[in-house]
Amino acid sequence: MRIKCPLCGDRDQREFTYMGHETYLDRPADEGWSPAWDTYLHLRDNPAGVTRDLWYHGAGCTSWLLVERDTTTHDILRVDLARDAKRGRG
Amino acid sequence: MRYSGWQVLKQGLTGNRGWKPAWRDPAPKAEYDVVIIGGGGHGLATAYYLAKEHGLTNIAVLEKGYLGGGNVGRNTTIVRANYGLPGNSEFYSHSLKLWEGLEQDLNYNVMHSQRGILNLFHSDGQRDAYARRGNAMVNQGDDAILMDREACRRMVPYLDYDQTRFPVFGGLYHPRGGTARHDAVAWGYARGADSRGVDLIQKCEVTGIDVENGKVIGVQTSRGAIRAKKVAMCAAGRSGQVAAMAGMRLPIESTVLQAFVTEGLKPVIDTVVTYGMGHFYISQSDKGGLVFGGDIDFYASYAARGNLHAAEHVLEAGMTLMPMIGKAKMLRSWGGIMDMSSDGSPIIDKTHIDGLYVNAGWCYGGFKATPASGHCYAHLIATDRPHEAATRHRLDRFNTGFVMDEEAKGSQHNLH
Amino acid sequence: MRIEGKGRIDAAEQIRFSFDGQRYTGFKGDTLASALLANGVRLMGRSFKYHRPRGVLTAGAEEPNALMEVGRGAAKVPNVRATVQEVYAGLEAHSQNRMGPLAYDLLSVNDLFPNFLSAGFYYKTFMWPRAFWERLYEPVIRRAAGLGALSGRHNPDHYEKAFAHCDILVIGSGPTGLMAALTAALGGADVILAEETNEFGGRLLSEDEEIDGQPGADWVGGILAALRETGRVRLMSRTTVTGAYDQGTYGALERVGLHVNGPAELPKECFWRIHARQAVLAAGALERPLAFPMNDRPGIMMASAVRSYLHRYGVVAGRKVTLFATNDDAHRTAVDLMACGIDVAGVVDSRPDAKALGDYPLYAGGEVIGTKGRKALSEITIRHNGAEQKIATDCLGMSGGWNPTLHMTCHMNGRPVWNEEITGFVPAPDAVPGLTPAGACQGTYSTAGCLAEGVEAAKRALTALGGKLPEMEIPQASDAVGGSKPLWLVKGKGRAWLDFANDVTSKDIKLAAQEAFTSVEHMKRYTTQGMAPDQGKNSNIGALAILADATGRAIPETGTTTYRPPYVPVSIAAIGAGAQGQGFAPERFTTSHDASVDRGAPMVPAGLWYRPSYFPRPGETTWRQACDREVTMTRNAVGVCDVSTLGKIDIQGPDAAAFLDFVYTNMFSTLKVGKVRYGLMLREDGHVMDDGTTARLGESHYVMTTTTAAAGEVMKHLDFVQQCHRPDLNVRFISVTEQWAQFSVVGPKSRELLNGLLDAPIDNESFPYMGCGDVSVMGVQGRLFRISFSGEHAYEIAVPARYGDALYRQLVTQAETLGGGAYGMEALNVMRIEKGFITHSEIDGRVTCFDIGMDRMVSAKKMCVGKPAAQREGLKGKHRQQLIGLKPVGAVKELTAGAHLFETDAAPTRVNDLGYVTSVAFSPTLGHFIGLGFLQDGPNRVGDVVKLVDHLRGVETRVEICSPVFIDPEGERLRG
Repeated sequence: MRIKCPLCGDRDQREFTYMGHETYLDRPADEGWSPAWDTYLHLRDNPAGVTRDLWYHGAGCTSWLLVERDTTTHDILRVDLARDAKRGRG
Repeated sequence: MRYSGWQVLKQGLTGNRGWKPAWRDPAPKAEYDVVIIGGGGHGLATAYYLAKEHGLTNIAVLEKGYLGGGNVGRNTTIVRANYGLPGNSEFYSHSLKLWEGLEQDLNYNVMHSQRGILNLFHSDGQRDAYARRGNAMVNQGDDAILMDREACRRMVPYLDYDQTRFPVFGGLYHPRGGTARHDAVAWGYARGADSRGVDLIQKCEVTGIDVENGKVIGVQTSRGAIRAKKVAMCAAGRSGQVAAMAGMRLPIESTVLQAFVTEGLKPVIDTVVTYGMGHFYISQSDKGGLVFGGDIDFYASYAARGNLHAAEHVLEAGMTLMPMIGKAKMLRSWGGIMDMSSDGSPIIDKTHIDGLYVNAGWCYGGFKATPASGHCYAHLIATDRPHEAATRHRLDRFNTGFVMDEEAKGSQHNLH
Repeated sequence: MRIEGKGRIDAAEQIRFSFDGQRYTGFKGDTLASALLANGVRLMGRSFKYHRPRGVLTAGAEEPNALMEVGRGAAKVPNVRATVQEVYAGLEAHSQNRMGPLAYDLLSVNDLFPNFLSAGFYYKTFMWPRAFWERLYEPVIRRAAGLGALSGRHNPDHYEKAFAHCDILVIGSGPTGLMAALTAALGGADVILAEETNEFGGRLLSEDEEIDGQPGADWVGGILAALRETGRVRLMSRTTVTGAYDQGTYGALERVGLHVNGPAELPKECFWRIHARQAVLAAGALERPLAFPMNDRPGIMMASAVRSYLHRYGVVAGRKVTLFATNDDAHRTAVDLMACGIDVAGVVDSRPDAKALGDYPLYAGGEVIGTKGRKALSEITIRHNGAEQKIATDCLGMSGGWNPTLHMTCHMNGRPVWNEEITGFVPAPDAVPGLTPAGACQGTYSTAGCLAEGVEAAKRALTALGGKLPEMEIPQASDAVGGSKPLWLVKGKGRAWLDFANDVTSKDIKLAAQEAFTSVEHMKRYTTQGMAPDQGKNSNIGALAILADATGRAIPETGTTTYRPPYVPVSIAAIGAGAQGQGFAPERFTTSHDASVDRGAPMVPAGLWYRPSYFPRPGETTWRQACDREVTMTRNAVGVCDVSTLGKIDIQGPDAAAFLDFVYTNMFSTLKVGKVRYGLMLREDGHVMDDGTTARLGESHYVMTTTTAAAGEVMKHLDFVQQCHRPDLNVRFISVTEQWAQFSVVGPKSRELLNGLLDAPIDNESFPYMGCGDVSVMGVQGRLFRISFSGEHAYEIAVPARYGDALYRQLVTQAETLGGGAYGMEALNVMRIEKGFITHSEIDGRVTCFDIGMDRMVSAKKMCVGKPAAQREGLKGKHRQQLIGLKPVGAVKELTAGAHLFETDAAPTRVNDLGYVTSVAFSPTLGHFIGLGFLQDGPNRVGDVVKLVDHLRGVETRVEICSPVFIDPEGERLRG
């Protein structure tokens, strides 16, 4: 598998670490435990098809990436810097 | 038809023309008491125990492909009861007891071989953590032996004890651990369930779960609608998609786990050996192939195939631990879809929908659980109460925090 | 038998080798199989189950029969295909899977009872008595099963791993691959051309065929010259592409030194990871065996293999050859053999309308229905025009047509498609993104067609890359396609083998169908068809066809065939190259490593690092003596320890304080410049992630320390929090673990020691407890932190790493003059347990801040990572096991980590389990063992006595629950 890092270019998979679904970008604001937190930490749509997930380019520029992929074919459709995506969501 | 050595002789003398089909190929009926979604090891075992122990025989197992085509036929066949935490401890202990005697129970040789499992450790700290786990195993009534480096050398002399990057300090040995012939487990349960009247329906994909007033009433399938009093989801790897049909989201992400087998070799590895400094486990099958695996590929996937990165890492671990396998050739690799739950432990529970049950989240440890999973799930479906060996496998434990995090990695699904 | 003047071997270079102890001579260019055939050796192996005598079937990597052990001692390789292994001087080969000599294998007794050993028989028996499985049945089965044997000794040979990148990877160098490579290179692409065998040219080297009016082999030479001229083609022979993976990644195995008696440093094999932007699959096709009664005897081989041995190696496999075929191709074998003066006793062609291509007896519409010859074929029986007839023959070439070598197109879940025209499977379109199949591997069997498709496929790849398309002229060649008619099973007496290596016959397939194993996957798993070393290359299609017949279905509705990587079996030593010995993981060394080794310290792994365990002095015979002395020395005078392995993260920016407030449970914005604070970090799920101290060096400048074990995880976590949660914060950070050497100086004389080295002396005013700041150490700018992991008055001094070795030696020497010295990990561990400081032995990933008594460190004034999740009921409360101290009060004084805790009168079972022990030490300060552990409702049980049970080490004793802080609970020493 290869991922095109927006900063470093096309790189081999072993430079990256996977974390999980982009849900992890949407940290709830609730100070206490709430259903939103349960959803955030645990529950997943887990789609068989296109999904967006977070990868860390730890052996490269140390950027977190938001990768749009197909979980049935492993096609990679789009890669963005997670910080840009997060800023876009506010 | 009862299987035995005499039967093999008798049929052999008559040209093997008398062997009967191992199971029927029935058309789905309009209604069942229980419909089990998924004809893998767990689904078939559930049907078997429902019929055998709870007298329920108006049951259908719906399988979208062929029986045992999922992870029960794509694993490294290891059977063990060496967990450290309450919940897992009694559950896998229960499972191992069911394994012991499974051949006679099923009248099918699943080749359960208690050749022992040796978990190696490589530091004082790791030794103490393994000791804690081993003591928990003995507390539960299972067996564990703490071995030092010299004892390991006597048991598995072919490891690299002198040059390797992370020297072997010792190992936690689980004598009752071992392996079984994976396909045979599915087939044995299938045959046992079928002979008790369960309908095993292959090439029948469930496309919807029908719910009315908070109660399940049946399923939609590629072979038509089937009414059911109870519906049991049991489709590891695809648990998320099945649950979604009932409007549920599960604390699960699916990833890929690869496994590998070499060409046939004369006996050389007698026990199951696991490496403590890289995820690597190996055993030798009765046919002679070295069967081994390692970590999952770590990313969400339904492709049932992995990538080179993970494969190379597994084989590298093999080379540093036991360089004698270098001359063996890896013959085949395959991938399975793993339901990675948010704490690394499985779920056997009711759902918020009356009559709908969930069995999911087996991560990459479902094979050894097959008997207990079926046994406890059948108990839950039949009595609506959890079996005493599976009281902690609750769906709401993530929300309440009563998690069973054996790997101590937290809530990130792929880290378990 | 060798035919003079034929073949591509170098007759001038004789090579001596041995097989089963017998010496033979071959030539350079021979494979083991061709050389043995030339020497008249027919019997080369034994089958898996029935131990049938077997000879060579093929001339390639798909060989199921001629598997051998090559080499001796630790270097022995089992299951080597004699058809691939090239001979070299001194090569030593042995037959395998036999009991006794190859010709008299005792296990061939199995062959007398095939009806009792039919498919799946073992699932039906060996169940009684239960205990006999492990003790009797299984050992017997295991000994009989398996093929070759490993030596059981460490691999002594060198293997390599390498990476390559190209624009276009061409897999296979037959007519298709050569034209594809030439087109790609002329189109400006960087090309890798991978060829499995020792020579480029593919099937052209095995046929008597002309291209552009030249002999095939000469044409190949011309193309190779043209390829070299482009300067763009990397020609890789002896290289098998083994797998297709995502985004154009391919695995490939190069046999670098397996064909020579080379020097030790020459790698045997190299595993390549090739990244190709586009690829052309030109892997050709494999000939399909025929299933007829007793079709497995030595001397029965593929018709194409007979031609390969003739044209490539100058060898004929018999003196009186027969052929059994369903197509025209096989007739070429007869013609080619006769041209060399070999007697062709007949061609049996199942097609009633078959035509002879030469002057040989043709049995059109005939079938072979039986064979004779236990260790070598002597006779075949044919059925022709309703009559049976026997023909004496010592070599039967068979051909059931061809199967496209489409394996690679299945590696990403592509399912091949049935093509009725060629009665075979062809690749699904675009099965692997960027990979274009061409030529025989997609069912184009004429040479002319292959040449054209090679050009076409390369143009497709060039177009995808946006390159220019060169003008190509397609060479003139034959357009014959072979014209095969399918023949799946010849009925008759005797077994008809499909999977030769695993001994799967047509009866096994039918039995599987009879017993309801009607899906292809069930049939394969039940019969083991396709699971042998040839991975079903010879048998998949035939078995599928027979299953289709047995279940009354057509082939495409019965199922398809699929293949997983690798295409050919790959040595574990090759894919795992580099890891043997020390190479599995990087090694990290502290700057004091050499100094520690100089002082005789045993170095132990700590994650990727090495750290000194203890520093033995003369007269000390055990580690405990050294450890006790180091603890006492440090507590009474001064000790020095390298703590550089702890993660150090430099954090700067106007929002650094806000960032730290978010990642730590406690406040760091309130920390004064020049001060250090202990911090606790949670995972978002509310469990403790790590702890450490963080110093504020300036208003917007902090240095965080992490534990050694979690340094990488914490760095990743900080990156995540900053980029994915708080990109609004203006803060930057970087790991400086490698940049600073840091040493702890511990004990009542620590300040005295430091003041001997610092350019400006310090005192309690300038450096109070938890103070920090810049210092000058013998002219070097460094940093000083007054922090302690032992409970003593202590400092950590940091200097740029290049001064680490010098400073460490200086510190230790000075310490020794003060009655102190260096201490290692053992003493460090004892001192931290005495003081009740936790490590990852305690915070093992399942522990909460409540468990370690630090829930009050979660600031109520702010949000932080993990705070909401830590409030779940499961993470706090009386049911939790909490941190406590332990001291022995029973007869047994030694405590063990990993033991569990019970009420004194309770049985040591799971339901009574109250907790466990995490760390133990003998405290020389207190004179007895102490321990840390977790106990249900622990803090409320201080003073109680419980039972410690360690089943594994046979320890059971009573322990008193106490505070985890064993020494100086008021912290007077720290502030002294």
